[in-house]
Amino acid sequence: MTGKLPNILIYGYGNPGRQDDGLGIRLAEELDQWCANHHWQHVSTDTNYQLNVEDAAGLANYDLVIFADASRENIQSISFDRLLPSAKTEFTMHAVSPAFILHLCHEIFNHKPEAYLLHIRGYEWEFMEEMTEGAGRNLVEAVNRVKQFILEYSTPIV
Amino acid sequence: MGQKITIEPVTRVEGHGKVTIHLDNEGKIEQTRLHIVEFRGFERFVQGRPYWEMPVLVQRLCGICPVSHHLAAAKAMDVIVGAGTGEGLTPTGEKMRRLMHYGQIFQSHSLHFFHLASPDLLFGIDSDPLKRNIIGVALEHRDLAVQGVMMRKYGQEVIQATAGKKIHGTGAIPGGINKHLSEEERDFLLHGDDYMNIDKMISWSQDALEFFKEYHKKNKGIIDSFVEFPSSHLSLVRKDGALDLYHGVLRAVDTDGKKILHDIDYQDYDRYINEEVKSWSYMKFPYLKEIGKKNGWYTVGPLARMNTAEFIDTPLAQKEFELFKQYNGGKPSNKSMHMHWARLIEILHSAEKIKQLLNDPDLMEGELVIKGTKCLEGVGLIEAPRGTLFHHYKIGENDMITMANLIVSTTNNNQPMNEAVNQVAVKVMTGKKEITEGMMNAVEVAIRAYDPCLSCATHALGQMPLEFEVYDADNQLIERKFKH
Repeated sequence: MTGKLPNILIYGYGNPGRQDDGLGIRLAEELDQWCANHHWQHVSTDTNYQLNVEDAAGLANYDLVIFADASRENIQSISFDRLLPSAKTEFTMHAVSPAFILHLCHEIFNHKPEAYLLHIRGYEWEFMEEMTEGAGRNLVEAVNRVKQFILEYSTPIV
Repeated sequence: MGQKITIEPVTRVEGHGKVTIHLDNEGKIEQTRLHIVEFRGFERFVQGRPYWEMPVLVQRLCGICPVSHHLAAAKAMDVIVGAGTGEGLTPTGEKMRRLMHYGQIFQSHSLHFFHLASPDLLFGIDSDPLKRNIIGVALEHRDLAVQGVMMRKYGQEVIQATAGKKIHGTGAIPGGINKHLSEEERDFLLHGDDYMNIDKMISWSQDALEFFKEYHKKNKGIIDSFVEFPSSHLSLVRKDGALDLYHGVLRAVDTDGKKILHDIDYQDYDRYINEEVKSWSYMKFPYLKEIGKKNGWYTVGPLARMNTAEFIDTPLAQKEFELFKQYNGGKPSNKSMHMHWARLIEILHSAEKIKQLLNDPDLMEGELVIKGTKCLEGVGLIEAPRGTLFHHYKIGENDMITMANLIVSTTNNNQPMNEAVNQVAVKVMTGKKEITEGMMNAVEVAIRAYDPCLSCATHALGQMPLEFEVYDADNQLIERKFKH
């Protein structure tokens, strides 16, 4: 099969020093190792405490972006949804939403990657690095979900 | 019927804040207050942890300015390991830390000006809130938006090159730094393409100042008269009076520029500064002991630094500093919106400093760490983007932390922000039957000038919806609105 594999970015964000808030980071770290084991150069990972405007510049290099974040919402264990650009601002503009970053990327860099938002449910947010057991289970499910998605998505662009 | 209006929290400000405005029966402002929901768990959390963990551990406090906490804690730990109080490090140790710090100032100030402040300036305080954000800026002033994004990105690259990684950076360690700058990192930051080089950053910093000065000429009402109140100002300055964002002595001047805190060694800060607790706020109110609780409060941050410093040791920023001083008649500026002007001068200064440091061979070779005789107590101060940041620790004989006290920049600015809220509220809301979004944003603009990080000040987690409450004279809630 000829053609170029799509450039994929897995972007985990949160504060791993605040217990389950680090779920997105841990997912990115696990998948980074998994991709390295497969010698997949078309998949990159990145992490940060939170998203900010400069991430719009980074997104301009990818065909697919998966944002991964911990969630305090009452979701089952994970949610994995298509993300569309949105100009809606957050109350705190020191950090911005993935949809906002996507929108900014389009407005400034004229690029709109396909994007998904993975929410992983967390339960505790104290000044600790150890995740809760429940968060650990949800992380395993999330990692498997993204692995499956990447495998399906990694077909050459002809 | 009197009313109490609550704006909660403040938009485009980190964390959770609430503004209550009490109106009397005639619609006049009776009282305004900025409330902060404070969570002081962190000082307790670090007790019992080994001191050497602090520079990394404190980054759990806040994802907005982890570098400032990292460096302030490292400076305190320098004292504990006997490496001096900011002047005893090796040239490599001090200069690498300074490079990290100027990167932090550069990116943080750029974020504030381009993405938090410029929408208000470009579109007006009472313009359509759907347009009044960086997307609106991108649509109508694309160059400004691009500059803001790339300047922020450049500052983050400087941090990554010095701290080692974006999350829980480990660059600064007790007594020094844990890495040199590589040739590759230096060349990338000096000569990177696609805008990512220091000369472009200096040029854009100058452009931003020109943009502001042009705006100022045409909008003196907003910049000069929107909020102004007498205040003292406090910051670190270098021993010779120069602006120094990383280290120095602690100086305060009063509203006329007279020194009221005389270049003290900050290891003794608690002899001069105290924190008052007020029943209606969880955030403390710092004040100078000698002047007292009522009048001893002070402003910190970029404006305070322009007011306490005598000169700037980089040529381009010095020229802008002279213009700033000249405009204010050589006296301290007490105009809150001049905070933006001061912030832009600091962006330029930081860019110039980054260039100086990148050309300094000490960053690429030399001893990284120094240690001496251990002490059981240390204070680390730094001029964080938002103002003076205090970290104070004591350890036991077993090297574990026994006491920690943090006074973050936003806490230092607690009273000035309350003053600003009150003045703007009186100006825009007095006698008005209906409180509009534009009026609420005017109050927020005054707060935003201080760039408060309430996440940091409150050590809280997460975001809250905007809540708007109206109370009558009997303190009964008669209206509540949320903005999501």
